[in-house]
Amino acid sequence: MTYFDATHGGGTLGPGGSLMLQHYRQQIARRRVYTGIAIVVFLVALVASLNFANQANSGKFFERLPYLFDFITHFVPDSPMDIFRAMFDLPSPYADGSQKYDFTSQRHYITDSFYIPHFIYQLIITINIALVATIIGATLGFLLCFFAATNLVGAGLVRWFTRRVMEIMRAFPEIVIAGLLTAILSIGPIAAIIAITVHTIGALGKLFFEVVENSDMKPDEGLRAVGATWVERVRFGIVPQVLPNFVSYTLLRAEINVRASTIIGAVGGGGIGEVFRLAIGNNHAAKTYAIIILLFVSIVAIDQFSAWLRRRLVGHQSFEFGRGAA
Amino acid sequence: MATAPAISTSERERLLATFPDVFQRSFMQRFGLAIGATLTLIYLTICFFAFNVGPAFMEGRWDRAAIYLQDWYSWRAQPRLRFESDGTVRVQWSSRGQYPADAYIFWLQPMQDGGYSVTYGSERDRIDVTPSLVQIYVNGEAWPVTITADAATAPPGVPPSIVQDGNKVIVDYGFQGSAEIRTNQVFVQRRFLGWANFLFDTQSVFWGKSYGELLALAIYQPRIDPERSNLSYMVDDFLGNKVWQHADILSKLLQTIVMAFVGTLMATVVAFPLAFVAARNITRNRVANWGMKRFFDFLRSIDMLIWALLFTRSFGPGPIPGIAAIFFTDSGALGKVYAEALENVDDRQREGVKSVGASPAVVQRYGVVPQVLPVFISQSLYFWESNTRSATIIGAVGAGGIGLKLLEAMGTNADWDKVAYMVLLILLVVFLFDNISTAIRQRLVGPQH
Repeated sequence: MTYFDATHGGGTLGPGGSLMLQHYRQQIARRRVYTGIAIVVFLVALVASLNFANQANSGKFFERLPYLFDFITHFVPDSPMDIFRAMFDLPSPYADGSQKYDFTSQRHYITDSFYIPHFIYQLIITINIALVATIIGATLGFLLCFFAATNLVGAGLVRWFTRRVMEIMRAFPEIVIAGLLTAILSIGPIAAIIAITVHTIGALGKLFFEVVENSDMKPDEGLRAVGATWVERVRFGIVPQVLPNFVSYTLLRAEINVRASTIIGAVGGGGIGEVFRLAIGNNHAAKTYAIIILLFVSIVAIDQFSAWLRRRLVGHQSFEFGRGAA
Repeated sequence: MATAPAISTSERERLLATFPDVFQRSFMQRFGLAIGATLTLIYLTICFFAFNVGPAFMEGRWDRAAIYLQDWYSWRAQPRLRFESDGTVRVQWSSRGQYPADAYIFWLQPMQDGGYSVTYGSERDRIDVTPSLVQIYVNGEAWPVTITADAATAPPGVPPSIVQDGNKVIVDYGFQGSAEIRTNQVFVQRRFLGWANFLFDTQSVFWGKSYGELLALAIYQPRIDPERSNLSYMVDDFLGNKVWQHADILSKLLQTIVMAFVGTLMATVVAFPLAFVAARNITRNRVANWGMKRFFDFLRSIDMLIWALLFTRSFGPGPIPGIAAIFFTDSGALGKVYAEALENVDDRQREGVKSVGASPAVVQRYGVVPQVLPVFISQSLYFWESNTRSATIIGAVGAGGIGLKLLEAMGTNADWDKVAYMVLLILLVVFLFDNISTAIRQRLVGPQH
């Protein structure tokens, strides 16, 4: 600590000064005690949680750790080129009729000679699921958010109801919506689209209404003064102010939704997630690495593109903040 | 436009000259929104056809949807009334065991001639079952269905709720249930509001007792089992409920919570020191900054799904792969956010500490950490909230926890009540943690964040 110490320093303090110093030291001491208690509580919780996790896991951490390295060393494609053959559906020289080396049978032919490789086709499906869900979700979230903002509808029943609806949409487990719709509509991307849309409405709606509540109310006042209706006030007083932020949040959401749609895919929504789960489950190393590379490249590309677009729209404001709320 | 205020020419000129950007807008400003909206609509239309939305909805089994949704908040008793060769009717229950062996069932009463009478809400809506003849009462009107060896036949002129389907007859009583009359049995579905045997299964001594009786037992009545108090007996029976599997579901829920908590906490602990290396203004080494930031990007950009599946492959299903997936993705994400926060710190505090001769570590501790700590904690809390939600779905992929349990329950298409129960638990946990996190955040950084 670098605070002034009366016992070692040269100066002397008056009675008021020493009382303040004493109080200051007491505060510091109390804070340290609290910090210490907090750290101990955290440590205990962490150790207990880790212990519980280890107990509940089917493979124990330290027993299975050597196998992790085994798995990594065994899980290598026959040649690095095989990864790219799997990616672009080119025949493998190791082909022995098994699925593991069967890269060519699932090409999607557009014309007689031109085809889209299977994994890239699935990736396109996944990205489109995310895009459609983001567009519909953002539109509905946009329409809903004004009814949740205190400065537009007051603190009454409308706001309460809209906010609860948004909260439930946000917290409702996506897999349940996807699973229910899969049971009704049969397996396909629609279940994934609706599941992600519902979550997007809730998540974006919350971010949107927070932006609306922070907007400047002077334009609204002006419009009210000339007798504008509620819709006109929202359209010309609020929307122009909040639109850049809305677009920025929507782009951020699109990034998150691409990830969500791969995961939903893995639990039955189709797309690259499902293909990936099958590839890794069947020990198809080349296919697995091909998908990992494809996913990595596409996620980096989407992140970069959306970051560039956001910078153009709203400047250097950091919208990484609040990711959790999204 | 008759009442439009008149503006003089000079006034008009002045306004045009003063606010040129209001009156002369570029092409994109004028039509950008319309063009964007049109393009979006075209894209959505293409997707509508590419994803076959129309046919999928047309072919959707919406009749099942109604049943599945009713299953969320109600339960079905499904006895089969089999016709025996000796002219009696035998009741056969499904394996779900909603009633104990010799329970009194008010809606399923034996009749004098060896048959059974099933009531649907009232005496006017009931089915009297005997092996040769099934009497259906709809709104008090009787419709006899004759049973022969190869067909059950409804009389002519039956109301629309009774349908002849091939050689069987289907009766629909709406929410109350339905019955399928076949040549050798009547398959009864009787629906009631609520969740059957939610507290205690039929094996338990507490089955069928009212809340008042249970309360009395718990508080003052003598012990049923002298070894333990009635309350602990009740808790044991509740957790051991074989139908609802409370103990299993609650421990799976705890696994999911643990995944999110440990994953986020470990990611925070690891990202904290690494962010100092990544921040340009703190570590004056461009190579280290760049390398660390790309490392964060790498961790972040590998999907949580990939981490989850990789670790499930090596550690088997359970919370460990879930923790690992959250830890790896979020170390990258948190590291990036932390590094950005560090690069935005106020330099004057560091300079002040440095000017009195503090060592580099002390400069960071007293010049930087107090500024960024609230931001760091607030970000970690956001990630914790979000991970509590995503841990469910990571679990479904194979990492275990409540997600896998949900997927199993949905896979049977018969356990929607259990799905509803788990969804309620998840919503409860998410709301609780959201509120805790918001409360902590507000105390740390004030209400604006």
